[in-house]
Amino acid sequence: MEEKLAYIEGAEQPLAMHPKKFALWLFIVSVVMIFASMTSAYIVRMSEGNWLEFELPDIFWYTSIVIILSSISLHWAYLSAKKDSLDQLRIALLVTAILGVTFLIGQWYSWVALVDQDVYFVGNPAGSFLYVFTGLHAIHLISGVIFLIIVLISSLRFKIHSQNMAQMEMCTTYWHFLGGLWLYLFMFLLLNH
Amino acid sequence: MSVANVSAHDVSAHDDHHDHEHEDGFITKYIFTQDHKMIGKQFLVTGMFWALIGGFLSILFRLQLGFPDMNLEFLRPLLGGWITETGQLDPNFYLALVTMHGTIMVFFVLTAGLSGTFSNFLIPLQIGARDMASGFMNMLSYWFFFTSGVIMFISLFLERGPASGGWVVYPPLSALEQAMPGSGLGMTLWLVSMTFFIASSLLGGINYITTVINLRTKGMSFARLPLTIWAFFLTAVIGLLSFPVLFSAALLLVFDRSFGTSFYLSDIYIGGEALPNTGGSAVLYQHLFWFLGHPEVYIVLLPALGITSEIIATNSRKPIFGYKAMIISMLGITILSFVVWAHHMFVSGLNPFLGSIFMFLTLIIAVPSAVKVFNYLTTLWRGNLRFTTAMMFSIGLVSFFISGGLTGIFLGNSAIDIQLHDTYFVVAHFHLVMGSASFFGLMAGVYHWFPKMFGRMMDEKLGSIHFWLTFVGVYMVFFPMHYIGIAGFPRRYYSWSTFSFTDMYTDLNMFVSVAAIITFAAQFIFLFNFFYSMFRGRIASLNPWQSNTLEWTTPLHPKHGNWPGEIPSVYRWPYDYSKPGAKEDFIPQTVPLSVTPESNLPHEEKLVNLEKEIIAEEEQVLVANEYKGS
Repeated sequence: MEEKLAYIEGAEQPLAMHPKKFALWLFIVSVVMIFASMTSAYIVRMSEGNWLEFELPDIFWYTSIVIILSSISLHWAYLSAKKDSLDQLRIALLVTAILGVTFLIGQWYSWVALVDQDVYFVGNPAGSFLYVFTGLHAIHLISGVIFLIIVLISSLRFKIHSQNMAQMEMCTTYWHFLGGLWLYLFMFLLLNH
Repeated sequence: MSVANVSAHDVSAHDDHHDHEHEDGFITKYIFTQDHKMIGKQFLVTGMFWALIGGFLSILFRLQLGFPDMNLEFLRPLLGGWITETGQLDPNFYLALVTMHGTIMVFFVLTAGLSGTFSNFLIPLQIGARDMASGFMNMLSYWFFFTSGVIMFISLFLERGPASGGWVVYPPLSALEQAMPGSGLGMTLWLVSMTFFIASSLLGGINYITTVINLRTKGMSFARLPLTIWAFFLTAVIGLLSFPVLFSAALLLVFDRSFGTSFYLSDIYIGGEALPNTGGSAVLYQHLFWFLGHPEVYIVLLPALGITSEIIATNSRKPIFGYKAMIISMLGITILSFVVWAHHMFVSGLNPFLGSIFMFLTLIIAVPSAVKVFNYLTTLWRGNLRFTTAMMFSIGLVSFFISGGLTGIFLGNSAIDIQLHDTYFVVAHFHLVMGSASFFGLMAGVYHWFPKMFGRMMDEKLGSIHFWLTFVGVYMVFFPMHYIGIAGFPRRYYSWSTFSFTDMYTDLNMFVSVAAIITFAAQFIFLFNFFYSMFRGRIASLNPWQSNTLEWTTPLHPKHGNWPGEIPSVYRWPYDYSKPGAKEDFIPQTVPLSVTPESNLPHEEKLVNLEKEIIAEEEQVLVANEYKGS
């Protein structure tokens, strides 16, 4: 009987989750599928041989640190918004956006480093895959930076505070996901190259 | 956290208010609409347009297959240069025809036209929601699909023809412009069009899932969802997981085609000269493609099965047999659909051991499929059958699902597949089990929900003429194909009558072509019925099929927002048909258990008290709201 009661109470509140937040999670699922298919294509292709061996650019280590720092600063922004300290929120958002752009610039220099090693986009798939991984991730990260800027603008208009966190929470989720995605890609490349 | 939720509630309540008072102009009502019902109708009409084109293309290549020596000069005004000097169909154009027929039918008709129409139209109506979670995303989904269609349509008129490498567009054929005329601009447009289509499917799918999970009305637990909604929900889940993979496959193909990379290309000689590409793998594309391609089969089929469940239960006046078994088998199909893709690649040089694993997994799919068929038949068994057109199309679907499904068991065997692969046996199999079955589901849905879409009834006599011509026609077309296929007639060939042993089957091919033309012509009966009934049909009653689900509690022409007042609450599952003791042979989901003591089962009697408490609470809330409002 108690179980039944719980179930009906659950049904009374059908709005189980913020629909937009939920939709964001589903979008993240589809991005995961893109990268899962890409990395499995990489493994399948690698097992067939004729695979160019080269050193990963060292700059990946630095960009990984930058992306971790940006996640920390965004968390700082999130906590500031929860505590309604709006000035800190704006500074933290700005710092995160700048770190995001820094990461993108770093990724660009990783391409420069690859070209210096004579690894080009056109050539052995080993190199091409690396460009596709970093490029696709960078495109998603650009969308994340745009999202950050949108949130920054809303915060300047006093639309983000402890009573109105939905947009902030979505931005935080997306950004942490993108950071995690890069770390996954980097680990994957370290293990399989 | 709770505070944030309350503010979210306020926002949505405000939106509802806005929707009620706002009178839509022509553009916001019919073109850039955010009303899920209108978007569903947009998908339907666009899907019908594409079905006509796709069907017509198939008639063109059936003419070639059935009557290879026929003079097609009369088609020159339409096809121009694609008719050769001697009045024959150009062989390259033949390949373009089969490619476009496949692409259009699989993606534009049976994915967008079926899932797009009914998921959009039915999900909010049957779960009791005002609209989709995001009306804007929903609108975007339709317009992405529309854009994708426009691009594909343009590609039909290119001088070198549209994409011609088959709907699977395997590289290197599709990757090298020199390979065939269709691999030039036509292929590029195909890829661009599919990118828009993937975006459209994902936008739609994310919306469907979010809506089903978050916006159900009070009392609409997952165990009370109509099977249609379960089917649309699982379809959207499959789409969400598989379409991104098609995107990956297409993206790498774009790089190979336009940027000179070698993901799929290796060691290719054209005219004695080696291409610079080395190190690619063509089989890699097949893996990526079929990881979408196989689930796509279920994206096409599951909505049709869901629609059938609903229609068969309603028109048998019986609860669906094995409601839970239906859900579990659909879940099983969803999961299995992702682990069987390589059965399309048995002869691609796949490791035979891997082949036997995929064969095993493939054959397991027969189990949930058979459970579903069994449940349909047992629902029909001793039912109080009403042969509405929708019901006949649903029974037709079950028939195709059985006869096409049986051949799937043969094709799933990696050893038998060596003989049958890429023959007309495969064509017959998937046209019955996936093509015709899903098409019949689509038709059943249109006939069944037409009164809700347009407030009028379709003509039943024309409907049954349409059904019988189509049903018999489909069998006449696809049954002989099994024989042609077993005899070794390969698919996608322009001509196969050069050997004496293949010559024997010319008359069968002729028969198939004639049947195809008659079946295609019969669809115009439907088109007439559809558009005529839209304006001149008999005005429908509110619940013409005496059905239980929520959409029949809305007004005849529901406005944006669906219900004029409160959204109705749900107190029971949707299949209370012919319940012993009940006054009528159906009890809608909105009827509380406490009102029907005469038909309640012992365990439902226990729920009555609980229900009374909830209703009392609700009334308090209503009174409180009115107090606030005044």
